[in-house]
Amino acid sequence: MSRLLGEGRRARSFRNNISGYDKQLNFAVGALLLIGTLLVWAATRQWFASQGLDPQYYVKRHVLNIIIGLLLAYGTTLVDYRLLRAYTPFVWGAGVLGLVAVLIPGIGSTINGAKAWISFPGGFTLQPAELAKIAVIIGMAMLLAEARDKDSAPSHKDVMKSLVVALVPMALIMLEPDLGEALIISAAVIAIIGVSGAPSRWVIGLLLVGVLTGFVAVKAGVIHEYQVKRLQSFVNPSADPQQSGYQLRQSRITIGSGGIIGRGLFNGPQTNGRFVPEQQTDFIFTVAGEELGFLGSGFILLLFGLFFVRAFAIASRTTDIFGRLVCIGVIAWFAFQAFENMGMTMGLMPMTGVPLPFMSYGGSSMFANLVGLGLLQSVHLRSR
Amino acid sequence: MNQRSRLSLIVTQTLVLSLMLALFGRLFFLQVASGLKYQSAALSIQSRDIVNPAIRGAITDSSGIPLAMDRPGMQITVNRSAVDELPDKGSAVFAQLGKLLGMSAAQVFTKTRLCGELAIGQRSGCWNGTRQQPIPLTKLATEAQALKVLENPTIFPGVDAAPVPIRSYPALAGENAAHVLGYTGVVTDADLADTTKHFYRNEIVGKSGLEYVYDNYLRGTPGVKTLIVDRKEAITSVSQNTSPTPGNNLVTHLDARLQSATEAALASSVKRSRSLGYHADSGAAVVMDVKNGAILAMASYPTYDPNMWQKGLTTQQAKDLFSTATGVPALSRAIQGEYAPASTFKALSIVAASSAKYNLNALYDCPASLKVGTQLFRNFETKSQGHINMTEAIAVSCDTIWYQIAFDQWLKDGGLSPHPSLNDYFFNAARGFGVGKKTGIDLPGELSGRLPDRQWKQAYYDANKNFFCNYTKRAKPSDLTPYLIAIAHENCLDGNKLRAGDAVNFAIGQGDTLVTPLQLTDIYASIANGGTLWKPQVAKAVITPKGEVIKTFSPVINGKAPVTKSDIAFLHTALRAVATRGTAAGVFANYPIEVAGKTGTGQVLGRNPNGSAKDDTSWFASFAPAASPRYAVVMMVSQGGFGASVSAVGVKDIYSALFGVVGNKVDPAKAIFPSSGPSAALPKVDPKYAKLAAGTVTK
Repeated sequence: MSRLLGEGRRARSFRNNISGYDKQLNFAVGALLLIGTLLVWAATRQWFASQGLDPQYYVKRHVLNIIIGLLLAYGTTLVDYRLLRAYTPFVWGAGVLGLVAVLIPGIGSTINGAKAWISFPGGFTLQPAELAKIAVIIGMAMLLAEARDKDSAPSHKDVMKSLVVALVPMALIMLEPDLGEALIISAAVIAIIGVSGAPSRWVIGLLLVGVLTGFVAVKAGVIHEYQVKRLQSFVNPSADPQQSGYQLRQSRITIGSGGIIGRGLFNGPQTNGRFVPEQQTDFIFTVAGEELGFLGSGFILLLFGLFFVRAFAIASRTTDIFGRLVCIGVIAWFAFQAFENMGMTMGLMPMTGVPLPFMSYGGSSMFANLVGLGLLQSVHLRSR
Repeated sequence: MNQRSRLSLIVTQTLVLSLMLALFGRLFFLQVASGLKYQSAALSIQSRDIVNPAIRGAITDSSGIPLAMDRPGMQITVNRSAVDELPDKGSAVFAQLGKLLGMSAAQVFTKTRLCGELAIGQRSGCWNGTRQQPIPLTKLATEAQALKVLENPTIFPGVDAAPVPIRSYPALAGENAAHVLGYTGVVTDADLADTTKHFYRNEIVGKSGLEYVYDNYLRGTPGVKTLIVDRKEAITSVSQNTSPTPGNNLVTHLDARLQSATEAALASSVKRSRSLGYHADSGAAVVMDVKNGAILAMASYPTYDPNMWQKGLTTQQAKDLFSTATGVPALSRAIQGEYAPASTFKALSIVAASSAKYNLNALYDCPASLKVGTQLFRNFETKSQGHINMTEAIAVSCDTIWYQIAFDQWLKDGGLSPHPSLNDYFFNAARGFGVGKKTGIDLPGELSGRLPDRQWKQAYYDANKNFFCNYTKRAKPSDLTPYLIAIAHENCLDGNKLRAGDAVNFAIGQGDTLVTPLQLTDIYASIANGGTLWKPQVAKAVITPKGEVIKTFSPVINGKAPVTKSDIAFLHTALRAVATRGTAAGVFANYPIEVAGKTGTGQVLGRNPNGSAKDDTSWFASFAPAASPRYAVVMMVSQGGFGASVSAVGVKDIYSALFGVVGNKVDPAKAIFPSSGPSAALPKVDPKYAKLAAGTVTK
């Protein structure tokens, strides 16, 4: 019977499918995408023009990334996420392979000190860590939701298996090294284990291990010097005034100078003078801060807030444990990444190179974000 | 969903939403609470001001002769943006420039560095402007040097020569007036930090004297070109571009010729004093219009060349300005020198005696000395003058009369156990004439002198009691004489009490009383004009370069001296008698101008650095013409000796210039002012200067 119902749902028309989405979630993401596009344009047009380059170079590619991402998202919602379980080993395996590949000289390319990208001909690059995030979330959700009653907690064995699934890609990401992505995955791991109903000593234990690992990593020099510098310059921005300290200071000034109503789109002198490096990617929020002011940046925060409220609603409503854990993983990922990114631009968090979901320029991240959206909508569609 | 997992979901939800709230709060703090701070920080990151200096207004004398003005100079500048692009970063250019301008290449290098580029401690001479602005190496280049730079752009890439205004004190009548005019200099970081002033970096501002006080009028508004730059310091746009507005001209009451004559008279008095064997370390002279408090001339000795600053002060010159070995030329003795007024103070003692109902026409005994308590107070020349009236007492400067009166009054006030209600005639008279209070002249740094009344005595005692009571332990070995130890012991016991000795010393302007030469001039001007104490003013008016009057400074009354008409009449007669048959009679014998005045020879405690005892302060305070006074003239020579032979002669020299006295006759054609006195009309500013002010700076 249930199988038949499932078949019936899968046979829904495209129109029905679209109308079944959580509209507020789509509105939030749509608005973030639109504002993000304008901000990427604002961040790059004048500087590129002054260098004699095409001022629309970035915005064109950004729009293309969004289109590809939306197609991926749509594709994700078409697939019954429950069937994904079957493919989980492949998704996870592909992610791990990609992470191994970037470490091989000749394939991986280094940007900003991290060997995190695979370059393709034509200037396209792929960041396997973004794919790995999804692989870890689905993999863990599958292991922790499998073969148990609705009310029973996962066994210690399940938790340990799921941790292995998470730790392999995380270790590879730490080798790149990409501290930011590793932290995001940790957040997702802890959230999934927590919501899975596993004994709380797992959650507490993992939090302690995370803190200890970070401490040991800094002390033992596993973390690269540039990362230590970034951390130092967070605590004391004048410690490294030329590099990351400069970036953090400029970032804060740029946001602060926007005031309440902002300098107007395309009119930010800090943005147009390119005083914040990497502004179209990790520092895109500073463009909003300067040009759109407190009203515009606050609106962006509200959109993220709306996104999380709707995502939590989906997670609470579904009766399927696997679906809920996927949702929680995606939420933790986006929440931590958004907080880390915007917090960094405002001097609340140390500097790690993570993009702002749905807004920063960058293909891999955009694809992964929109697939994440697709997963949420997919759970939503099938929980009604 | 089991309980634990539901709880975890709620915890996660709360956590995520509080993260968002934290971001919102931080955003509010940055953009709303501290928005303005970050806006100005952003502006300083993006904008670079290029300041095009305004021509500074002239300071002229009352007839329009410029005492301070901008004159065309030739400036050699280095353009850092161009020089930095050179393969050797400009080191060859710096070597060439050093050779051309007589500096070392290292000096040129330092001068062209932004201060932030150099290590702390090596910043002397650095440029505190922006990189975009051409950085000046010198403003005093010769035409030949400028031509060499302009004609050889391949040897001097990025170097330019252009005319600029430079501050100059032309001394057209031979005047110096350094202490009155002050000087200008580049604005300091402290000035820039002062938000009440709107200075631009590298602007030239007044640092002292009139240049400082009237800086807002004189400075003008520099032209400012604000460039918006990007991260690579490339100029992206020009946000504002204003042309400079020249500053306004300040017309003073000074007269260049009178100033010059006053300075010469002071210098020759110092010289005369030295030839008589006195130290004569410094001096001051002031000429005031008694009808309105206008300062017509004000001199201080020693002085310095005010043009020194424009040439760039050497370390030695800077040291010399404040060195006691050179007499601290930076100090303006007229307003910053405090000395005991000595017998010139007796004019105020007359007022005190009159208010204590002494008959000024009665006869008083002037013995050679007077015993007050256990101490013997002597007449100045230790000579008895017999029975004399008060006019004679002033003329011959009898001290003992005043000892007696002051002692009697001190006793009447209760002596060492003062009555609750005190007459204090002497203190009240002095206070009424402004002793111990600044006159409020429009020059910076004026000192107030000292009125050593009962309150001062108590305050001084409170501050120094410990020293007096431990004198043998704390004093310098050279000060451990039995006499000084005895005094210290006395001071320790009841130093807060006004003793008879204090009272009698005060009556003859000695003891702890101090006045500045300007204060004494103001006092004598008030005696001359019937009791009006003016606020002395140097500035007369501010006029635009085109001649429109912006502001005139009307006379300001500080107060009315506590004198009656009969006191004034008596003083005019008595002070005139000083010059006809008294202590200054020898100086003014056969002099065609009727001068009324008082000599003063002030004893000074203490020793010079070489161990010699300090010589007396020589004073002459006066007004003229005695019948209808117009001018008050005071001269003081520190350690100058007798009042008559040094300062009175100097004052006579000033009157000679003022009234045009040649030999024993007055030549009205040579007088500085017409017989009606200084004109209230405003002059036309010299056309040569007007042309300069309009912006035609040409070589």
